Amino acid sequence: MEGHDHLFDDRSPGVEEHEPTASYLSYTAGLGFAIVATIASFVVSQTNLLWPPGIPVGLVVLAFAQIGVHLVFFLHLGSGPDNTNNILALAFGVLIVFLIIGGSIWIIANLNANMPMPMH
Amino acid sequence: MTTATIDTGASSAPTDVARGRGGGGPAPKRIVVAYGFWIFILSDIVLFSALFAAYAVLARNTAGGPTGAELFNLRNVFIETMCLLLSSYTCGLGALSAERRQPARFLVFAGLTFVLGAAFLVIESLEFAGMVAKGAGPSRSAFLSAFFTLVGTHGAHVASGLLWLAYMVAQVVAKGLRAAVLRRLLCWSLFWHALDIVWIGVLTLVYLMGAR
Repeated sequence: MEGHDHLFDDRSPGVEEHEPTASYLSYTAGLGFAIVATIASFVVSQTNLLWPPGIPVGLVVLAFAQIGVHLVFFLHLGSGPDNTNNILALAFGVLIVFLIIGGSIWIIANLNANMPMPMH
Repeated sequence: MTTATIDTGASSAPTDVARGRGGGGPAPKRIVVAYGFWIFILSDIVLFSALFAAYAVLARNTAGGPTGAELFNLRNVFIETMCLLLSSYTCGLGALSAERRQPARFLVFAGLTFVLGAAFLVIESLEFAGMVAKGAGPSRSAFLSAFFTLVGTHGAHVASGLLWLAYMVAQVVAKGLRAAVLRRLLCWSLFWHALDIVWIGVLTLVYLMGAR
């Protein structure tokens, strides 16, 4: 924290007013990172650059990296005081998303494994 | 001043400034509107998470029908991804132009965003039509039901985002870049960026993992 000007900078996702960080340059930097992550995802999925059983994990990591880039460079989700509410809401949303997706995959995989007959 | 403040990080700060922590009175309307719309977007993403979960669970249940590896054309998917990503970029530049009160520039970026979003929808519709023509419609297998539901819901969101964009352009032309219009524009740009975030999930889970 350099000074109070920065501390009182009221910001929300996508709000540019009073904001020195959002500019054509920051959007362009975000686009560059996003393109690199996208191309990396395609390369990883189509080649054996990664150890094959680890490819899904690599793809998920790249997807999270790109989502992070989008949140920071496009939605301007930062650590400013006014973003506290937005970050908390996002954290709750992420919790629900992980419960629904992770829980479903876990439960159904367990059911499939315990089926007396093979499903497919 | 001896009154205790909740905020330990900025004890020497004046207290008449809204900081989103309850001190200094209500936050500006722009901040409140963006927060409310952010909550809506998160609830929309929770909706998508249910569809993602259904797809992840059903992706292997092809009932003897075609699999993702046989159906997906990754070259088309790459073009779709780039269309949506570039439209997100032009959407951000458009929002920036609007904030800086440059209506002509905003209209150019809004037009580019619309064209890129429409290109995405056209490619996706052609992909769906081709799959249905091959007998791989939503009723073929549980995998395809989940696929069309997830990807189709995303496509429907993109289509409604395009309608909303056309409506916003009409408002900017008719009313100018006044504060209320800028707030609606902010909500629209949040919506459009969120659609691109959902697409990252679709791309990774459905296409890249499914095409292997």
